[in-house]
Amino acid sequence: MRKQWGYPLTAIALSSSLVFTGCGSNESKTTSEVKPEAASQSEQKTAAATTPELDAAIADYHKWVIEQTDLFVKATDGFTQAVKAGDIEAAKKQYAPARMYFERIEPIAESLGDFDPWLDAREGDVPAEEWRGYHRLEKALWETKSVTGQEKIADQLLQDAKQLRVKVESVEIDPLMLVTGAVELLNEVSSSKVTGEEERYSHTDLYDFAANVQGANEIFKVLQSSVANKDPELAKEIELRFQELDQALAPYQKEQGYVLYTELTEPEVKKLSQALDALAEPLSKMGTILGG
Amino acid sequence: MNRQTETSQKKLTRRDVLKMAGIGGIGLLVGAGGMKTFFPQLAQAEPSASAAASKDGIIPFYGKNQAGIITPMQDFISMAAFNLTTSSLEDVRKLFQSWTVASARLTAGQSVDDEIDNPHLPPVDTGESMGLAPMKLTITFGLGASFFDDRFGLKSKKPAPLVDMPRFNSDEINPDWSEGDIVVQVCSDDPQVAFHAMRNLARIARGKAVLHWMQEGFQRTASADPSGSTPRNLLGFKDGTNNPIASKPKLADEIVWANSAESPSWMTGGTYMAMRRIRMRIEVWDRSSLEDQEATFGRHLHSGAPIGKSGEFDDLELGRKDSTGKPLIAPNSHVALAHMDGKVKILRRSYSYSNGMDVKTGQINAGLLFICFNRDPRKQFIPMQQKLASADRLNEYITHVGSGLYACLPGAREGGYIGDTLF
Repeated sequence: MRKQWGYPLTAIALSSSLVFTGCGSNESKTTSEVKPEAASQSEQKTAAATTPELDAAIADYHKWVIEQTDLFVKATDGFTQAVKAGDIEAAKKQYAPARMYFERIEPIAESLGDFDPWLDAREGDVPAEEWRGYHRLEKALWETKSVTGQEKIADQLLQDAKQLRVKVESVEIDPLMLVTGAVELLNEVSSSKVTGEEERYSHTDLYDFAANVQGANEIFKVLQSSVANKDPELAKEIELRFQELDQALAPYQKEQGYVLYTELTEPEVKKLSQALDALAEPLSKMGTILGG
Repeated sequence: MNRQTETSQKKLTRRDVLKMAGIGGIGLLVGAGGMKTFFPQLAQAEPSASAAASKDGIIPFYGKNQAGIITPMQDFISMAAFNLTTSSLEDVRKLFQSWTVASARLTAGQSVDDEIDNPHLPPVDTGESMGLAPMKLTITFGLGASFFDDRFGLKSKKPAPLVDMPRFNSDEINPDWSEGDIVVQVCSDDPQVAFHAMRNLARIARGKAVLHWMQEGFQRTASADPSGSTPRNLLGFKDGTNNPIASKPKLADEIVWANSAESPSWMTGGTYMAMRRIRMRIEVWDRSSLEDQEATFGRHLHSGAPIGKSGEFDDLELGRKDSTGKPLIAPNSHVALAHMDGKVKILRRSYSYSNGMDVKTGQINAGLLFICFNRDPRKQFIPMQQKLASADRLNEYITHVGSGLYACLPGAREGGYIGDTLF
């Protein structure tokens, strides 16, 4: 999950420069507030860039997001029931697959308020007394190895997931959100999955890795014809790099899921990371469809 | 257009700045300080962007030979090896074509390519050399032996001198710091200009080639030593006193440039680069006496003169003996062994490196990024290194930890590209 969350996607571009300032997330809020000019500028541009073709792409994507969120609620229901029943083995089994639905649509969830910290905060991302969501239960399942007293956390998690489902129904998606969202998903992988920091207790990082990539691929699929119209070479290259990344991930598939991240050697991690960079570079040029 | 003139002549409009603010980095500047503080900085950049300054410090990229070989050494190096992830020769061709165009622009002090006026795209150039002078940037490309395996159908074109580097005595070679399909040597009188070039070349390669290793290096800068005397390595000794003067065409042909006697015709104008990452045991060296240090090198520390002489460039005269009949310059000293009876010469172009602290030992992780060019490493670098590895007194203080041998391609003419004689 992102370290700064809860701001509209138009402010995402700012977070890259914040990294260098060492600001906390409180300060980043201030920064985004004192920059209304730049934000409105890009909004205007985006509005101008919308076409019937892009509108159709957005509608397709929105439909897919709703489907994913439906599945997310269903999977979270199953997972939290297992937790509440004290069935640690069943809960562990459902944990990583359930999270994948969320990881695929993460940029949308981030644009809808505090869902990302509620559902996906890692220990230390938020003040201890506010920590809830999947990773809190991850720690209980893998580290503490006891789910006693976690019923409230489980209930809250399911409630948050349902609330997300309500919100995605009416989420406003614009072309810029799609374009930046695809790259954001891959940057998520680069910054926390590749390093193995996301799933520090369960080591199921490859599930998140694959889900983020699938989420980016879904965005590319709905934009593919627009990209191909503007720059056929670019569309071809992105498609090829998605295939190559799939191939790079393939050896780590196991049964319905993936091997533990700790089973990967350093050279294997490096190879995955470099395949991801090879995809993210051309993907970051999808903004070409939004015009100058 | 020069990087300096580019910034000032384009005269960013307020709208441009707003657009940039939307993209990233500068956004914070504007947010924190406001427009008033931002614009004066732009204005200040103008006076320095004189046309005369833009002519300075450009080493032409195109030519019969690649620059960065016999051209004078710059102050800094950024060096990397890449491994190809594509198995298509057409992709390799495209990569070298893109690299050639980018390198010609970068060495002329320009950005990597013209910017596209679309705020929704990442900037074409990464930007950290904006407003900086060309700073004698050179970019030199070479191919490792692995490039000539089965992938690209070029096995039969592999030059005979491009052998696998043999294992030398006491080598502790780490494969992570060795070899690679392609080597790129970037040198400049400014470390940020060098880094910028390497970074943008790596960016261009994404999807076709990945970084295999990367190492930066330095020597004393020209401003620290305007007289341009022989630089010292991190053991404190002058390094490169006997380097052949490569600006003499006859010597360069004899020592450096590939010759049809042993190299294929596509290598005409090319050369072979040997790279050795040599870790120096700095702490151990610092505990050895001056006498011991000088005997190890065979030269005096301060003057750089051969033992028993006073001038740096005095003849070695290896046969000289002291009053007890012992050779003044020990036969196993570095200078005596590297002399090779004056028969074997290489062109050295090495830089010092420091990679901070060795986390295992808490010692300084530093040494020499040894680079040399020669016409046929089988007859020059390899026999010389065999001799040094077997007997050099210096081996007590150094360890070779990385290694590579590369065929440096001929230069490209304008309109052509690096590697066009081969691909």
